Amino acid sequence: MPVTEREASADQTSTLSARSSAAIAPPRLAIRNLDFFYGANKALKGINLDLPEKQVTGMIGPSGCGKSTLLRCLNRMYDLYPGQRAAGEVLMDGQNILASDVDLNALRSRIGMVFQKPTPFPMSIYDNIAFGVRLHEKLSRAQMDERVEWSLSRAALWTEVKDRLTGSAMGLSGGQQQRLCIARTIATRPEVILLDEPTSALDPISTLKVEELIDELKSEFTIAIVTHNMQQAARCADQVGFFYLGELIEVAPAGAMFTAPKQKKTQEYITGRFG
Amino acid sequence: MSASLAAPPSAASRDEDMARSLGRRRRVTDRVVRVLCWLAAGVGLFFLASILVTLVMLGYKGLSFGVFTHFTLPPGSGGGLLNAIVGSLIQTALGTLIGTPIGLMVGTYLSEYAAGSKLGDVIRFVSDILLSAPSILIGLFVYQILVNPFNGFSGWAGAVALAVIVIPIVVRTTEDMLRLIPTALREAAVALGAPKWKSIVFICYRAALDGIMTGVLLAVARIAGETAPLLFTSLGNLNWSLDMSRPMSSLPVTIYQYAGSAYEDWVQLAWVGALIITAGVLALNIVARVALRKRT
Amino acid sequence: MSDVPHIVKSFTQELDRLRDMLTEMGGIVENQVALATKAIVNQDSDFAAEAVQQDAAVDSLERQIEAAVIRLLALRQPMAGDLRQIVAGLKISTQLERIGDYAKNVAKRSIVLGQLTLPFSLTGLATMARLVQENLRLVIDAVGESDSAKAIQVWQSDESIDDLYNSIFRELVTYMMEDPRNITSCTHLLFIAKNLERIGDHATNIAETVHYAATGLTLEEDRPKGTDSASYALVRPQGAG
Repeated sequence: MPVTEREASADQTSTLSARSSAAIAPPRLAIRNLDFFYGANKALKGINLDLPEKQVTGMIGPSGCGKSTLLRCLNRMYDLYPGQRAAGEVLMDGQNILASDVDLNALRSRIGMVFQKPTPFPMSIYDNIAFGVRLHEKLSRAQMDERVEWSLSRAALWTEVKDRLTGSAMGLSGGQQQRLCIARTIATRPEVILLDEPTSALDPISTLKVEELIDELKSEFTIAIVTHNMQQAARCADQVGFFYLGELIEVAPAGAMFTAPKQKKTQEYITGRFG
Repeated sequence: MSASLAAPPSAASRDEDMARSLGRRRRVTDRVVRVLCWLAAGVGLFFLASILVTLVMLGYKGLSFGVFTHFTLPPGSGGGLLNAIVGSLIQTALGTLIGTPIGLMVGTYLSEYAAGSKLGDVIRFVSDILLSAPSILIGLFVYQILVNPFNGFSGWAGAVALAVIVIPIVVRTTEDMLRLIPTALREAAVALGAPKWKSIVFICYRAALDGIMTGVLLAVARIAGETAPLLFTSLGNLNWSLDMSRPMSSLPVTIYQYAGSAYEDWVQLAWVGALIITAGVLALNIVARVALRKRT
Repeated sequence: MSDVPHIVKSFTQELDRLRDMLTEMGGIVENQVALATKAIVNQDSDFAAEAVQQDAAVDSLERQIEAAVIRLLALRQPMAGDLRQIVAGLKISTQLERIGDYAKNVAKRSIVLGQLTLPFSLTGLATMARLVQENLRLVIDAVGESDSAKAIQVWQSDESIDDLYNSIFRELVTYMMEDPRNITSCTHLLFIAKNLERIGDHATNIAETVHYAATGLTLEEDRPKGTDSASYALVRPQGAG
């Protein structure tokens, strides 16, 4: 009788942790028919994508494919720049966050973003964390201390900086600064965290520390990560979307995406045949 | 090589010769240009040094405690420069206090709100023109609006004239310093939910503080020595007066009056005044630079 | 898989080299089976000896392929089709090595068989051997071309080999029951038939591996009864979850 290879590949999805059962959780953010324009140039075309609750969604694709643009739509960053506009819907709890009557500051306290280059504010470490919190909440000194400690602990930075909270944030190393930015973002207790190539500017060990952080954070937050490093998407993401020229070509659980993608373009990009 | 005496020069040795002569030419050119640079620097430094040396030599003689404690008096009765010094300090301070906030606002507007717009370009253009406008024109302008209608020279007019000079300097430095701040920093603040004005005030200003302070200090150093605008606005006052609505004394104007006079003691005091102004401006510049270096 | 080469051409070259090693190994194993078959049918011990000798080359190639696969996995971080192809290479080389071993065993037995008298014909066995060879040839072509259609063909035709094996089994049992003097030769023949059937199974395994590497889809355990290629319908996609 032939060796039961079918059984072997069925085990593949279950042994690769629970990551592949992404479709079962309800979406935290539902992107529906999203178009985006830089002036007259259409950068995103009819994107339909769900970000499942408390899971990591990775976005990969060659340069200029629109993945960062999509991420920045989710917290309305494009509002800063006239000439950039979005059409379509992004639904959070049934509400379209692209509508013009949305309170942007409140939205951004629920959807946080970490950028590619670490951007510590020119103030003490304590104030860096407190700045975001003070924008939305009135906390006593003791409560603020607690929030700062919580944020820094969740960002795996507390033990390294707990004795120099009043020191300038500019004195930290690159990896520490990026973790500070993550701590700053989670301090406002968002529901969604957007990461735009968070480790491109970091050395390999700091990169792994941030990836471990993402793994821990996803038990509390829904995470979307844009990365041009496919191995990072493979390590971190539960589901992965492949973008090309402003379109979402394929979205699949990470295990399936990187072992047997369905679209030819996806296969060619992932195996390094173009892009 | 000894064996090939009769052989023609090979391609390799021809290349070597060419390389060697090229190299020699380049080294000579390098040396010539370097000497010319040293000479140019020397010329500039010479004039600078001779001014300083002259100032010190001629002004030092008249420097005494009395200069700082006595008012300006008619020639021959001693006297000092107290009212001129105090008048300069007041008008400079007021001019800075009036001009800096305006310049800060305009600079912020240009950098944060009008980055690519036509209006922003126009404002920047006008500010640059104002920056290099002859200060006597500014004095005449303020004369027209603040002296003539009120029928009198005043300290206020003087302060306003100085403020008008301060504004474009602060506009330029503020805009330049704010421009240097990476967009990512602003976006990071906005991404936390900060409204735009908060991201400017709490993040951008803090990040650009050193540069803006330097700009302000440089503006102060500039107006401390301005004479022409004060001639038409605060006129100068040989008596002691702290009344801003009356003509007010200032060091540059006093120097102007004393230096052109025929009295020796007045001329001596003029040199002292010039030395005081120079020393003050120098000190201010050094402080500005030290403060900047310390924070970096 | 895809005709488009990698942006880093050395990767494509290394994958091609892996494929070449596999087809080379497949060629030697094919030859081994052919020689073993001829040894039985023609009762020629020279063929048998040659078949046994080639086993060393097969083992050496298996070690080379394993080393190449491990190196590719470590250094290239392959994904998707490349990953499947490389892992498939490892599995296929193991399968081929086992086929070679079976062919060697058949060859060795044929030498013993040559010293016995056989009162019955070996046409059944010869037919079975020919079928097995044909399947093997087809599957090794499939390996070289990453051809999933050929793989499916092989996968489907294993059934007829199994049927043949069953009928030969019954035939040999009948002969043994008829005359106890036949027992020795029939037992040897039984083992030979079993070995051939195992070779057929391994060829089928290779076919399944080739199909998965090429398409990312696995073949069902139950083989279709029909002969038309519309039996694609039974192929269940695994990736969609």
